[in-house]
Amino acid sequence: MPTVLILGAGSDMAVALARRYAAAGHTIQLAARNPQQLRPLEQDLRIRHRIAATVHAFDALNFESHAAFYQSLPTPPDIVICVFGYLGDQEKGQQDWNEASRIINTNYTGAVSILNIAAESMAARGTGTIIGISSVAGDRGRMSNYLYGSAKAGFTAYLSGLRNRLWHSGVHVMTVEPGFVATQMTEHLTLPPLLTAQPAEVAEDIFKAAENKKNVLYTKWFWRYIMTIIRNIPEPIFKKKKL
Amino acid sequence: MRKSIANWGNYPALDCDEVSFASEDQLLQYVNANDHIIARGNGRCYGDASLGEHSISTLRFDKAIGFDEENGVFECQSGLTLDQILDIIVPRGWFLPVTPGTKFITIGGAVASDVHGKNHHSEGSFSNHIISMNVLTGKGMVTCSPETETDLYWATCGGMGLTGVITTVKFRLKKIETAYIAQKQIKAKNLDEVIRLFEEHKHYTYSMAWIDCLQKGDSFGRSILIVGEHATRQELNAKAAQAPLTLPNKMKLTLPFNLPGFVLNNFTVKLFNALYYAKNTKRVIENVVPYEPFFYPLDAILHWNRGYGKDGFVQYQFVLPMDKKDGLVAILKKISDKGWGSFLAVLKTFGPQDDLISFPMEGYTLALDFPVRKGLFPFLDELDALVLEYGGRLYLTKDARMQERVFWDSYPNAQRFQEIVKEWNPEGKFRSAQSDRLNFQFASNNAG
Repeated sequence: MPTVLILGAGSDMAVALARRYAAAGHTIQLAARNPQQLRPLEQDLRIRHRIAATVHAFDALNFESHAAFYQSLPTPPDIVICVFGYLGDQEKGQQDWNEASRIINTNYTGAVSILNIAAESMAARGTGTIIGISSVAGDRGRMSNYLYGSAKAGFTAYLSGLRNRLWHSGVHVMTVEPGFVATQMTEHLTLPPLLTAQPAEVAEDIFKAAENKKNVLYTKWFWRYIMTIIRNIPEPIFKKKKL
Repeated sequence: MRKSIANWGNYPALDCDEVSFASEDQLLQYVNANDHIIARGNGRCYGDASLGEHSISTLRFDKAIGFDEENGVFECQSGLTLDQILDIIVPRGWFLPVTPGTKFITIGGAVASDVHGKNHHSEGSFSNHIISMNVLTGKGMVTCSPETETDLYWATCGGMGLTGVITTVKFRLKKIETAYIAQKQIKAKNLDEVIRLFEEHKHYTYSMAWIDCLQKGDSFGRSILIVGEHATRQELNAKAAQAPLTLPNKMKLTLPFNLPGFVLNNFTVKLFNALYYAKNTKRVIENVVPYEPFFYPLDAILHWNRGYGKDGFVQYQFVLPMDKKDGLVAILKKISDKGWGSFLAVLKTFGPQDDLISFPMEGYTLALDFPVRKGLFPFLDELDALVLEYGGRLYLTKDARMQERVFWDSYPNAQRFQEIVKEWNPEGKFRSAQSDRLNFQFASNNAG
């Protein structure tokens, strides 16, 4: 059975993805900054689905460690899912470079650093799938989260280019753009229930889309159309809105 | 974030600050930084037991962390729900030792309510099957069991979350050969007959009765007794026997919004009539059914609670000692004369149980729904007076309205329970709208 590496395995989305891939019988490699926190999930996956699961220490911001981390995995993964991200505090980031750089380095630089390594390994083997969880926030910068949004925009462009390059090596790259998802990260926000997905629904979408080798997945599906509209609002009007 | 939250009865709806935790570290941080905290699972208790200033949701703390498939021992975090546990254990030949009438409750809730099921008379309540558990008390994380920290253990089983937040629970499972139940349904003409039938069928592991609350005269208390055993492989038909531990595909129906109040009663009337006046006119029906409709008939209709409308309902459940059958008659009569309750009630006999604060005691328990309406609470106060008079008590998990005095007068160990809670929760960090309503005291200097 294929092996799936989940980068940033502590989040609700990652838990849902791990359970979905484990249900399909995959071997799961869970990676996060604090691997001890992942032990209950590791056990849960083994118990529920009788699959092999392992946990690994991975720090997205410690770029120098990424090559050694990837080398140390028990088997090279067939599927790499980059789930980690950091929403951060937009207003704080406007004044505090530490916050701004943390947002950029987690959502963009860190992701590029580790996926460059995964890409080289997969290209050499001539097989594999890379799934990057980006965000609809990257489709157009808004005053309320443009630090996060611009980092995700960079990540989306990176994934697009990587897909183009790796297609010639037999490696598939899928970009995922989730809209609102009911996770711990958004627990303090009032999200419109009809537009908000549960992590398990998003995981199901991602699993199916990856099986079908989709290139760009909006989830839930209607976000593709919502974002088309938002991207097409003329800038003179858009800039006057407090979005 | 502050928002209006109600549990299964949709009454009361209170403004609570609800947050969740996914790891012990997050739980510790939150508990250290806040007061007036009560753990909340899947919101299937009916009233205000898991509501409060800060309700802390266990639903993200939902990992299975141990399963000894040889010996049938399961361990999980407190936010895991019974339906997920069943999905894991049934295909491997194990079943829950005790289950209430819904599988959509968490393990933490099962312990805090010390839930009972159709097998209480034969196998006791959930606490009877626990090996050990971890509780984040006011004095830190503590492991307790029937052998260690026993005060804490018994004050946590049925203790409605007042000793702290239950984090992990290790418990024993029951071996099964199939996912099916061999059941027997017997019509009883009246209350005397159903009570006699309970006695005659007490060797069955599972038993309960649907009782018609509206009949008078000779048919007063007409019922259907349903008893069952886990089916053996030999009892299955050829098709089911091919995969004895797998259920046939299930269908689910959701009530998407609140219905006018009469609908659920129509549903229960139809359910009862279907059973009672089934075209099979035999007095006794025996068949083999999947475990789901046997244990969880109402779970097939997700959100059936919305059938009572937006004002909500309270479920009234009491227990009376075995020798107080006259009390059961008196209370049932009062309910049927008033005609405010649901058409059907659940009647069941409990076996002996002598815990600190758990609800069950040897006797009869009756549960029925009352849609919230003007005059309901004074009427329920009158019922409470009868329950007290006959030496009974009410189930805290269903309660949304009982008066302080009723609790303190009916639970014989209430004071002792309060003393133990004071020891483990000395600052009253863990308290609920229910414990406030019952005037539960935490600090030693203002005991009262």
